[in-house]
Amino acid sequence: MEKCFHCGDDCLDGVIEHHDKPFCCHGCKTVYDILHDNDLSYYYDLENTPGTSPKEIAGKFDFLDNESIAEKLLEFNDGNTQIASFLIPSIHCSSCIWVLENLNKLNKGVSVSTVNFPEKTVRVTFCSETVSLKELVLLLSRIGYEPYISLENSEKKEKTINRDLLYKLGVAGFAFGNVMLLSFPEYFEVEEFWLDRFKVVFRWLMFAFSVPVVVYSARSYFVSAFKGLRAGFLNIDVPIAIGIFVLFVRSTLDIAFDWGSGFFDSLTGLVFFLLLGKFFQQKTYAFLSFERDYKSYFPIAVTKLSKSSAGVQFEEQTPVYEVQKGDRLLIRNNELIPVDAILIKGNALIDYSFVTGEAQPVEKGSGDKLFAGGRQQAGILEVEVLKPVEQSYLTQLWSNDVFSKGHEGVFESLTDSISKRFTVAVLSIAFLSTIIWLIIDPGKAFNVFTAVLIVACPCAIALAAPFTLGNMLRIFGKRKLYLKEASVIEQMAKVDTVVFDKTGTLTSNKKNHITYEGVELSTAEKELLTSTLRASNHPLSRALYDVLDHHNIQTLDEFEEEVGKGISAMVDSQTIKIGSSAFVGNFGEGAGVVSETLDKTTVHISSNNQYKGCYVFHTEYRDGMGEIFHELKQHGKKLVVLSGDNEGERSRLEKLLPAGTDLIFNQKPEDKLRFIKKLKESGQTVMMVGDGLNDAGALKQSDVGIVISEDINVFSPACDGILDASNFQELMWFFSRAAKSIQIIKWAFIFSLFYNLIGLSFAVTGHLQPVVAAILMPLSSISIVVFTTVAVKWHTRTP
Amino acid sequence: MSIIYVLLAISVSVALVFLCAFLFSVKKGQYDDTYTPSVRMLFEDELVKEGASATQSSTSGNHTNNHTEKHS
Repeated sequence: MEKCFHCGDDCLDGVIEHHDKPFCCHGCKTVYDILHDNDLSYYYDLENTPGTSPKEIAGKFDFLDNESIAEKLLEFNDGNTQIASFLIPSIHCSSCIWVLENLNKLNKGVSVSTVNFPEKTVRVTFCSETVSLKELVLLLSRIGYEPYISLENSEKKEKTINRDLLYKLGVAGFAFGNVMLLSFPEYFEVEEFWLDRFKVVFRWLMFAFSVPVVVYSARSYFVSAFKGLRAGFLNIDVPIAIGIFVLFVRSTLDIAFDWGSGFFDSLTGLVFFLLLGKFFQQKTYAFLSFERDYKSYFPIAVTKLSKSSAGVQFEEQTPVYEVQKGDRLLIRNNELIPVDAILIKGNALIDYSFVTGEAQPVEKGSGDKLFAGGRQQAGILEVEVLKPVEQSYLTQLWSNDVFSKGHEGVFESLTDSISKRFTVAVLSIAFLSTIIWLIIDPGKAFNVFTAVLIVACPCAIALAAPFTLGNMLRIFGKRKLYLKEASVIEQMAKVDTVVFDKTGTLTSNKKNHITYEGVELSTAEKELLTSTLRASNHPLSRALYDVLDHHNIQTLDEFEEEVGKGISAMVDSQTIKIGSSAFVGNFGEGAGVVSETLDKTTVHISSNNQYKGCYVFHTEYRDGMGEIFHELKQHGKKLVVLSGDNEGERSRLEKLLPAGTDLIFNQKPEDKLRFIKKLKESGQTVMMVGDGLNDAGALKQSDVGIVISEDINVFSPACDGILDASNFQELMWFFSRAAKSIQIIKWAFIFSLFYNLIGLSFAVTGHLQPVVAAILMPLSSISIVVFTTVAVKWHTRTP
Repeated sequence: MSIIYVLLAISVSVALVFLCAFLFSVKKGQYDDTYTPSVRMLFEDELVKEGASATQSSTSGNHTNNHTEKHS
């Protein structure tokens, strides 16, 4: 099958030839034309099939006509020049960067556009007299780069990028390099004449370089150690802070009283390496957000129906936050209902799968209550608002304490638990050896005391976890599990209970497993069926259409869709009815089939008023689901399936999943949250695997919340990690590597303790020369970095 | 040997210049996005091919409006 020249998809609906190139749809062809006409066809030379087909956008961005909404999206506005940043999820290659940075070729109003590829944003400076914000958004959408605008955008927040660590790292690196140079001469020649004359200058210069390192670069360690001590908690920063402080004081005294050259080289090196570890561990997925709530899922504005003073009804775009009880709203096809409301007019077919976990769309008639978060799938609706957005049923979930408090209790990392014992041990060795030296030779006691504290500074221990977990984090990322931060891996290793959501998590919403029951359809009937389904927008029609062969698409002579019932169509005096059992007139012998399939979704067919049979939709579980459950079971994990759906699938799940798996149905979002809370209170470490807004509370409440996502660029609720659905089968792999990481860290601890023992033997005996410290410290740090990196690579080399 | 003071002063000030350059570049946001510039620098500057007129661009907006529906 031919591939589209623009988007690279298979041309399913026939090929559109244009300029000797194949296109899958008019949308793709149009984008090609726009780019070609404006001499931007270099777009297609940079990468093969770089495009995305543009989506239907008629009316979608009308709210940008409302100036108060448009104003919220602008970063800068002086009346003429305006600057706006857009999040564009479809940015994915260098062609995208190129075409978006050449927007000024497409519209003269644009002066500069800059892409930030890792964040998938484009920042556009434009002249508002030539092009309005709406025109700009429409232009972007028309070439396949539709900006993602949600309720989140309405809260203007100052973009603060924390660059502190980079500054600190820069200062520490600068000082480290210079101090190393200055201290180098004294490593070898101590009694040399010229050196003796200039060493005072050299030493005080080193002192000057070290001051900003201690005062500025290392400040966070002092702060953290102080906070830890005040909370009665000996974290790893305590011995580090002691080490840095003692290093600085001892070195200053050394040079002030000419006892020696001081340890400024070790001091600056230590801080530099520590900060390097921190830098390495920093989060790396700028384009993913792990802190989202319903706001980034909800629209920024809705169409409100207002009456003018003359009594004429008119449409008006209103910010969602300004919607009041009693307002009339217009919800178009595929739009999200942002508030709880009552249906007034129209046929509602609402997809709640993301909110409640119900797999199939629900039909509603006028007078029925609609909940916020549902997506309309059939035609236009008119609704009356019951509650404003913050008080809606769904958004209430976010007022739960979990969302304001964050994770309960302080998570004690492996490093912290080691450092507790380590600090106590080091302090007792230091005092003990000081007492002994006070007896033997009081003059050396101070020397020994400080030397022990210096050499025991747990630089290598502090580096083991950042480098192991940081490396692991990157490797997980390559396998499409994107974690929020490195400490999640440590938590993962402790998990003993895994809770799964069903809809969207265990089931795939892309694929449907559909079987046919009844009388075999003739070729002509099949062709008519596909032609009819093609014309329908109903999700079931779409799903069915996708699995059938698309030969001989005919033009229908007659087509009628009765919402909530079914569709009827006619070609060449041959009629077909597709829909519910009653609609197609199934009262005869086929009625028996219906009773058997009561729990399942079915689409019935009759041809020329004769009942033929029905298509049964089975929920399709992800490939390898059973195996994963069995594997997890073998590794002693307790498994639970928590579903918002009804019990219809219980017997099938029981067959697929290992015995002992708890299956709990009919769970509301708060029920899920409470369930996880109860598990945690009984002392278990829980991982929640979910996908939708209905899992948001449970994800937040659990120790590790992982979201399964078919497309990582679209919205996912707040969590600790996002797993690409295609790699769902590898869940066990991630678990086992998380456990391996902990082992590696433990080995690295033993390794670094060994270095500490060597250093201590020098220190306790009073022989610690600056040159020994200067060799030992970087050596231990570097060897830990090498060891952890190699070990992680080794353990993740094979699948 | 007092030349060493001059040398020290020079070496330290050179180092300081580089430190300032680094801090300045961080402050200007040069390290916020370390990927896109690496791609951007490889683009050709001359986009307009021979015989092309720049006046077309303003009209391209409207005539495409009605065709963007994707038939799937």
